[in-house]
Amino acid sequence: MSFQLLLNVFLAFLWMFLQNSYDTSTFLIGYILGLIIMFAFRRYFHTRFYVGRVWAIIKLILLFLKELVLSNISVLKLVIKPQLDIEPGIFALPTDLKKDWEIVVLSNLITLTPGTLVVKVSDDQKTIFVHALNIGEKEEEIKGIKNTFEKAIMEVSR
Amino acid sequence: MIETIIEVIVAVLIGLGAFLSLVATFGVIRLPDIYTRNHAISKSTTLGIMLILIGTFLYFWLIDHHFNSRLLIAVFFIFVTSPVSGHLIARAAYHSGVKLWEKSKHDDIKEHKSSAEEM
Repeated sequence: MSFQLLLNVFLAFLWMFLQNSYDTSTFLIGYILGLIIMFAFRRYFHTRFYVGRVWAIIKLILLFLKELVLSNISVLKLVIKPQLDIEPGIFALPTDLKKDWEIVVLSNLITLTPGTLVVKVSDDQKTIFVHALNIGEKEEEIKGIKNTFEKAIMEVSR
Repeated sequence: MIETIIEVIVAVLIGLGAFLSLVATFGVIRLPDIYTRNHAISKSTTLGIMLILIGTFLYFWLIDHHFNSRLLIAVFFIFVTSPVSGHLIARAAYHSGVKLWEKSKHDDIKEHKSSAEEM
């Protein structure tokens, strides 16, 4: 991805030198033209065309914000409710993610999800131990959410 | 007219942020053990402080026409660091042997450890 980005900036600079005008608007036009050229020649890159990855990152950020708001609403309900009917517990979550930064992003996302908090990542980085507020009813549902998170992260790193 | 609308939006943002911080504080008083308290603190204060900072940013930008990018950087830093600090506190508590609440259901870390020792 970084190589394609660098190539795109290089093409934009080439356009500025061809036009002999050095300002932001010429740079932007050159950048868009370079994007079109790179899209036409995308079969020569080893990785996929980088705009898709940028879009996946934007979707991941939006997912983060949505989960943050939802988890705040659930904490609000829990604290305001008169009786305390929670069943906390720690469960193990197997993960397929390999790289360090993917695991960091996944555990941050889990921590900001309603009712879950990462306590520990196992030494071989294959299991994440999650503390849940309501373990009985929610475990399956939470695992479903995790699958969507893992999928969104894999979308970025693929 | 527009200034009033902006002021109302800013007031709602800052009020909501302060309210969420208050809820987090009540959560710390009410909830039974360190892990459940961590739930309340690491989520509610994150969004609370972010909302207060965004409200401040909008006020200075739209009323005083002063674009303060440091507030946006602060929002980003808090968003990135506070779940990590919540995780680290829970992990440190678990490793120094703090017990879970007695009504807690099960504890997979203990099972994981004992099965690893058997092998």
